[in-house]
Amino acid sequence: MSKHISISAPTDNEAILGILNNSESMLKRIYIAYFPMVLQLVISNNGSDDDAKDIYQEAIIVLYNKVKAGNFELSSKLKTYIYSVCRRLWLKRLSQMSRYGGDIHDIQEYLPVNEDDLLSHEEKDIQFNKMEGALSVLGEPCKTIIEDFYIHNRSMQEICEKFGYTNADNAKTQKYKCLQRLKKLFFQQ
Amino acid sequence: MSDIELLSVIERYLNGEMSADERARFEMLRHDNPTVDSRVIEHQQFTERLKQYGERVEFEGMLNAIHNEIDVQALKDEFVHHPSPIVRIWRNHHSKISLAASVAIFAALSTLFFAGLLKTQNQQSEVVALSSKVNRVESANAKLKIQTDKLITIVGASKIDQSKYTPSGTGFAISSDGYIVTALHVINGADSVTIQNSNGDAYHVKAVYADPGSDIAVLKIVDPSFKSLGALPYGFKKSKADLGEDVFTVGYPLDDMVYDKGYLSSFTGSNGDSLRYRVAIKASFGNSGSPLLDERGNIIGIINSKQAQAPDGPAFAVKSKYLYRALAAMSADTANKKVSLASKSVLANMSRTQQIKRLQNYIFNVKVNN
Repeated sequence: MSKHISISAPTDNEAILGILNNSESMLKRIYIAYFPMVLQLVISNNGSDDDAKDIYQEAIIVLYNKVKAGNFELSSKLKTYIYSVCRRLWLKRLSQMSRYGGDIHDIQEYLPVNEDDLLSHEEKDIQFNKMEGALSVLGEPCKTIIEDFYIHNRSMQEICEKFGYTNADNAKTQKYKCLQRLKKLFFQQ
Repeated sequence: MSDIELLSVIERYLNGEMSADERARFEMLRHDNPTVDSRVIEHQQFTERLKQYGERVEFEGMLNAIHNEIDVQALKDEFVHHPSPIVRIWRNHHSKISLAASVAIFAALSTLFFAGLLKTQNQQSEVVALSSKVNRVESANAKLKIQTDKLITIVGASKIDQSKYTPSGTGFAISSDGYIVTALHVINGADSVTIQNSNGDAYHVKAVYADPGSDIAVLKIVDPSFKSLGALPYGFKKSKADLGEDVFTVGYPLDDMVYDKGYLSSFTGSNGDSLRYRVAIKASFGNSGSPLLDERGNIIGIINSKQAQAPDGPAFAVKSKYLYRALAAMSADTANKKVSLASKSVLANMSRTQQIKRLQNYIFNVKVNN
């Protein structure tokens, strides 16, 4: 696929299908297609390109979660949906930073955003940050063992070899101990 | 069964690593033992969370990889440079610019205000009292009482040493038995007060009443030499004067009596103040306390101030109805007898020069000794 074609915006139906199929190339097409719009929105409203990146990636995650949860109805153009979510997220960020002057310079039409989508996203965000925090204080080798086993689906045999455990039972015991500590850290927060 | 052993069993159960038999037994245990059941659910949820976490980390990694392929700077240049620089500056900084502008406007206004250039700002401060010595009107009655006491001690010596007194304003008789009215600020702060008319008749007076609200002071001649002033030629108007009416005044802005005429230009003084008339007339320092008369020789007001920074600007005169009020209050508040103001003027059909001749001896140069 030539670069030129990969940059052209996918049709909305293509995009939804691609998301449902975990298509990496589709993610890239979607990302590249709508980022300039969001960059312009954020930069025209007191933000930096890093702000635009954060906001945009958050909106893409919201979109993916919604599509994958099966409750995404294409009632508007995908472009409008992404813009509206970004607009909403940026307004919120601005008011949190007390930088919001009361008006936003719009570059696109937008729709009201379903607050439930954002709430469930926020909830997920909180869980994500808690997990990140718990893992970061868990320490090695626990962190790697947990990640290898529960996230990357590595076998206990592989993990044994990687850490030089002489017997698989020792490794297993170690893994469970690590998991218990992680749970404790997670729920403590 | 230890925690770790239980965990191991739960994991094997959830991963489908149990034989059918073992599975059935475990499900029985789970069914009968709520603790085991809740541990199963908790473990399932937690590992699911870990998975989601991992997926998100991976997804963000993908997003960042894609992002790094984008030339953000080129995109920025593309749309950021389209609008003119001024529009861009405005878009990016309009809140700051607005703030700066309001600060600038505020600064300019306050500068104007303090420089006294903003006429509408506080007209009251623009109006300067026409006394040579303007003093604050405060606790006037208390001070006047002290002055009265002092003055009484001087009464014995009837000869007035004029050199000790400085001209401060003008006053005029309101009754034949020696009650004089002037503007309160003319005599405020003075230790002793004398008055002198154009004949050279000079008298010691004491302040008997002050109304700081209308800047009116009532004096009384206390000289033993004083008999009577004779019938007053002018009357006092109780009702409102007419707009545009020709008016005149006689007073002591200088050592000699000065006449001037003008017209009534407004029923309100500066800044909508209903206490005073606005009068187009030449008034100077020293005119404070001068009577303002209409053509028929009725006193309609007492001149007490003028517009600042306008040599020929309007003067302001306290309306005569406030003199009526002050006198009513005086008789109510003090032991002084009630002063009845004459409503009839004998000057009505006289020429102006005749009018001035008749009234000049009832108008006094008020001099104070501080």
